[in-house]
Amino acid sequence: MASNTLAGLDALDLDVSPRTSSRLASRFLSGLWPKVLAIALVIVIWELIHLTGWKKYVLPGPGVTLTDLWDQARTGLLWHAIRDTLQRAVVGFALAVLIGTAVGALVSRIRPLRAAVGSLITGLQTMPSIAWFPFAIILFGQNPSAILFVIILGAAPSIANGLIAGVDYTPPLLLKAGTLMGLRRVSLYRHLILPASLPAFVAGLKQGWAFAWRSLMAGELLVTMFNQPGIGTLLSADQDQADMAGAISLIIVILIIGICVDSLFNVADRAIRRRWGLTQA
Amino acid sequence: MSTAVTEAPAAVTLAGVSKVYGRGRAAVHALDEVSLAAAPGEFTCLIGASGCGKSTLLSLVAGLDTPTAGQIKVGGRVALMFQEPGLFPWLTAAGNVELALRARGAGRAERKARAAELLEVVNLREFGGKRPHELSGGMRQRVALARALAQDADVLLMDEPFGALDAMTRDLLHDELDRVCAGRNLTVLFVTHNVREAVRLGDRVVLLSSRPGRVIADYPVPIQRPRRIDSAPVAELAGTITDRLREEVSRHGK
Repeated sequence: MASNTLAGLDALDLDVSPRTSSRLASRFLSGLWPKVLAIALVIVIWELIHLTGWKKYVLPGPGVTLTDLWDQARTGLLWHAIRDTLQRAVVGFALAVLIGTAVGALVSRIRPLRAAVGSLITGLQTMPSIAWFPFAIILFGQNPSAILFVIILGAAPSIANGLIAGVDYTPPLLLKAGTLMGLRRVSLYRHLILPASLPAFVAGLKQGWAFAWRSLMAGELLVTMFNQPGIGTLLSADQDQADMAGAISLIIVILIIGICVDSLFNVADRAIRRRWGLTQA
Repeated sequence: MSTAVTEAPAAVTLAGVSKVYGRGRAAVHALDEVSLAAAPGEFTCLIGASGCGKSTLLSLVAGLDTPTAGQIKVGGRVALMFQEPGLFPWLTAAGNVELALRARGAGRAERKARAAELLEVVNLREFGGKRPHELSGGMRQRVALARALAQDADVLLMDEPFGALDAMTRDLLHDELDRVCAGRNLTVLFVTHNVREAVRLGDRVVLLSSRPGRVIADYPVPIQRPRRIDSAPVAELAGTITDRLREEVSRHGK
C-alpha cells in the first residue's frame, strides 16, 4: 500500500553510488603510482649518495645491491629462510592471538581481574621485546622456543588490549537496546559485545602483528640457529662477513614482507569499515 | 493526583514514583510523586519542557533503572525506542530485526519469515539486505520500530523517536505509527517536546512540570482519526496545551 512513500523522501537520502570492478581497478592503479614514484625517488637519492663517494668502501650503490638481491632470490637459501621465518611468525602470532583473546575476554569481563592485571597488560605492551631475550634464552636455550616465547609476550598484550578497548567502547545505547531485547550474558556477548568490538580488535591484531614481527627479527638476530636459519639469521651472517649489499638486500626483503602483511590487515580493516558505514566511500 | 485505582488492569501503572539522582545538596529530583495509569491499547503522550524527567520515566518503566520511591507495575513485555535508532551497524536491517526475534527464542525459519513480515509492516520489505548506514534517517527509525515490534512487546516506550527527523519524514512516520498501532493492542508511552506531535498521535497528553517532574495536567484527545498534524482541531488543542506549558515554563523561569 504505502510502500511508494519510500520512493519519495527516503530514496533521496540513499547512497546509490555503484561499486564496480573497474572503479576498484582504477583505484588500485591510482594508489600504485605514488608508491612507485616514492621507491624511484629513494633509489635516485641512494644512487646520488653513492656517487658522492660517501663511505664508498662500505656503502654499495643500488645497482650492486639489487643485483645481489636478485642473485639471492635465485638460490634456495633465501626462500628457505623466508619460509622458516614466516612459519615462525604465523605460529607465534596465532598463539599470541589465542592467548591475547582469551586474556582480553577474561579481563574485560571480570572486574577484579581487570583491577589486578589491566595495567600490567599495558605495561607489558610498552616493554621493548628485545629486553626479554636474555631471560628467554637462559630459560629455553638457543632455539626457536625462545623466539616464540618473546613473540607471544610482544604481541599478546596488544591483542588483549584491543579486545578490552572494543568491549569498553561498546556504545551504551546499543547495550541498552540489546538488554531490552532480552540478550543476556553469553548471547549478549556473542551477538552484541563481540561484534561491536571487532574494529578495535582488528586494530589490536594489527599492532600485535607489528610487535610480533619485530620480536621475531630481533630473535633471529640474537638466537643462533644454524640448522633452521631465518631471514634474521642470514642478516646476522651478513654482518659477520661485512656483506653490506647482502644486508641491505635482506632489509628490503623484511620491509616488503612487513608491508604486504600490513596491507592484509588494512584490507580487513577497510572491509569492516565499509560494512559499518564508517568510510566516506 | 492520587494513586489511580482502575477497574480494568492497566498496562502501565506508576504510583507515587520519585527518582532522585545523587545525594545531599547535589541531589537532583528528576521525578516527584508521579502517578499515572495507562490502559491497555492506550497511546499516551508525555510532554514537558526539558529537564522534566520524561526520559527518566521511560527508563524506570523499561526497568533500566529503579525508582527511589513509589511503585511501577507493567503488565507484559516492554520495548523501548530512542531518538537514535540504535541499530547494530554490523547487521543488515533484516538482521537487526532477526536478532530481536532470536532473543525471544525464535527458530531460524521463523525468524526469517517474521522479519520479512515486520519489515513489510514498516514498508521496508525491499531493504532487508541493507545495512543501517545505507538507509536514510527515517528508514533507520522504521527498522528500529520493526525491531521493537519483533520483541512482541505489550508496552512500547518511545523516547522522542522522531526528534531527529525532518518534518516531512516525521509526518510519514506518524501515519505509519498510527497504522501499526491500529492493528495491535499496543500500549504506547510516547515522550516528546513537540506539542502538536503529541496531539497528533496521542489518545491523551500528559503534561509534566520541570525539575522535579510532576504530572500537572492530563488532556484527553477526542479528535477523530485519521488526524493531520496541521488540521484545525489538532492545532487548537495543541495551542491550549502550549499555553499551559508556557505558564509552567515561565513560573519556573522566575
